[in-house]
Amino acid sequence: MKTYEKIIEKLILICAVTATISVALITLFIFKSGLPVLADYGVFNFIFGTTWSPTNGSYGIFPLIAGTLSVTLGALVIGIPTGLACAVFLAEILPKHWAKAFKSAIELLAGIPSVVYGFFGLVVLVPAIRNFVLPIYKIFHPEASATGFSILAGAVILAIMILPTIVSISENSIAAVPREFKEASLALGANKMETIVRVLIPAAKSGILSSIILGMGRAIGETMAVLLITGNMAKVPSGILDPVATLTGTIAMEMGYASPTHQQALFAVGIILFVIIMLLNIFAQLSMRGMGGSAR
Amino acid sequence: MKKILAMTLVMILAVAALAGCGAKNQGADTGENPPADQVTGTVVTAGSTSVQPLSEELAAAFMDGNSGITVEVQGGGSGQGIKAIQEKIADFGALSREVKDEEKASVTKEIVIAKDGVAVVVNPDSTVENLTIEQIKKIYTGEIKNWKEVGGEDAPIVVVSREEGSGTRGAFTEITKVAGKNDAGEEVDNTTKEALVQGSTGAVMQTVATTPNTIGYVSLGSLSDTVKAVTVEGVAPSAETVLSGEYKISRPFLYVAGGELSKAAQMYIDFVLGAEGQAIVEESGFIPVK
Repeated sequence: MKTYEKIIEKLILICAVTATISVALITLFIFKSGLPVLADYGVFNFIFGTTWSPTNGSYGIFPLIAGTLSVTLGALVIGIPTGLACAVFLAEILPKHWAKAFKSAIELLAGIPSVVYGFFGLVVLVPAIRNFVLPIYKIFHPEASATGFSILAGAVILAIMILPTIVSISENSIAAVPREFKEASLALGANKMETIVRVLIPAAKSGILSSIILGMGRAIGETMAVLLITGNMAKVPSGILDPVATLTGTIAMEMGYASPTHQQALFAVGIILFVIIMLLNIFAQLSMRGMGGSAR
Repeated sequence: MKKILAMTLVMILAVAALAGCGAKNQGADTGENPPADQVTGTVVTAGSTSVQPLSEELAAAFMDGNSGITVEVQGGGSGQGIKAIQEKIADFGALSREVKDEEKASVTKEIVIAKDGVAVVVNPDSTVENLTIEQIKKIYTGEIKNWKEVGGEDAPIVVVSREEGSGTRGAFTEITKVAGKNDAGEEVDNTTKEALVQGSTGAVMQTVATTPNTIGYVSLGSLSDTVKAVTVEGVAPSAETVLSGEYKISRPFLYVAGGELSKAAQMYIDFVLGAEGQAIVEESGFIPVK
């Protein structure tokens, strides 16, 4: 091997090692900063305490966990059917040259900064929920009052934000299903609808699942957009029009002026967030293996 | 292959250039010695954490112009500020409240460096024009939940607050007594759990401006006519009413000293009260006193 090739090889190695070390150092740093509070306050009290009031010394993050999970779940409920339907439409129904234009438009969504999504939510979606959704909700719950800052607002915005991820990866994996599958299905007398639902989607399921996991990761980690529109009320929600505070939003909002103990508590929130994302990833990987596919 | 070689060379050159930059800066730092006739020394301020960010800005600007003097800014709270001058570990104690009677004995010099005011704002459609401090306190602790109890329409009050640890929230809860000592004597913030929380002045303004039945608070410097500022105890918030003391949701930022000021300390306080220092006060969102 020539000398400069060796040098380049080493340079590439250094790049790879840097990336890996960064991850390790960040993990180490978060755990080192947050663990003292977890140890002092008690992991159980920390996770299941229902009062988040750092200036008064109460660090119960259960409302924040509930907030993050409810907003994420809402985003998935809205985002998965929409995204999947969109992917099928692009891959199977729309003529190729039209599909290209549609796809690049959807991918453009990924390029919008999240604070812009948040601001859009704040000035358009929140008032819309207050003016149009609340009156319908009131038919069933006459006593209800809401401002629009809610799980619903967060879920809708996050659903839009995870669409590009779900659509583009799902579309690729549906398009990658061998032609023979489709031809065989049609030859056996199945119509287009049956072919898509019974053959193409099951064949592409591992790609679809990984798109959902990536989307979910983005939804859990998203900060700026939800910070502006969910109301940040650290209280366990009882309905989809209730405001919630999320783990990420709370960290971002309070880090600036936090006192040292408060700051450690925020790092501990980071640990919990880290653990939740790890657990979800492991769970998703396992369930995919159970289905005979893999994320790659 | 030649391309790769060229790129590697470029990278190495870039790294070398960066390293060169670092070395040059170091040289500049050590090469600057203060002239012999310049005042040197250390000025220490300690006390209120609300004043701390402002003090840090002022100190940084002051040290830019006076390289011989170091200004150290410490926190600890207003009580700590008094203690620090009693024990002579600081030149100035920083307070975000008036000096209490029992503290007067140890304070020889009291200098107001800035004032901080918080405006209470409501949605522009609200019919409420005036609130008392007591009413504001009850709204923010969740005792009053409907606008009709304070002379408005029959509608639930939507309370908008700032995040935990925010300086504006600290000032507001302290002055309106939303925060106070509990039975055990600990300082407790009693802001209702039913409050929407927004992380910036802008977000509070936007929320209050667009959401019916809201009440919020913003620092006086950021007030605009997208929201309606209510009068507090009959006084409208403005820089003038805060300076005269008529507007109640305001507090002074004080530097207090216990003995004679050192030459360096005197230079620092002259700078703070001078045009440049007061400009920094205004930039930081507080009300200049000069």
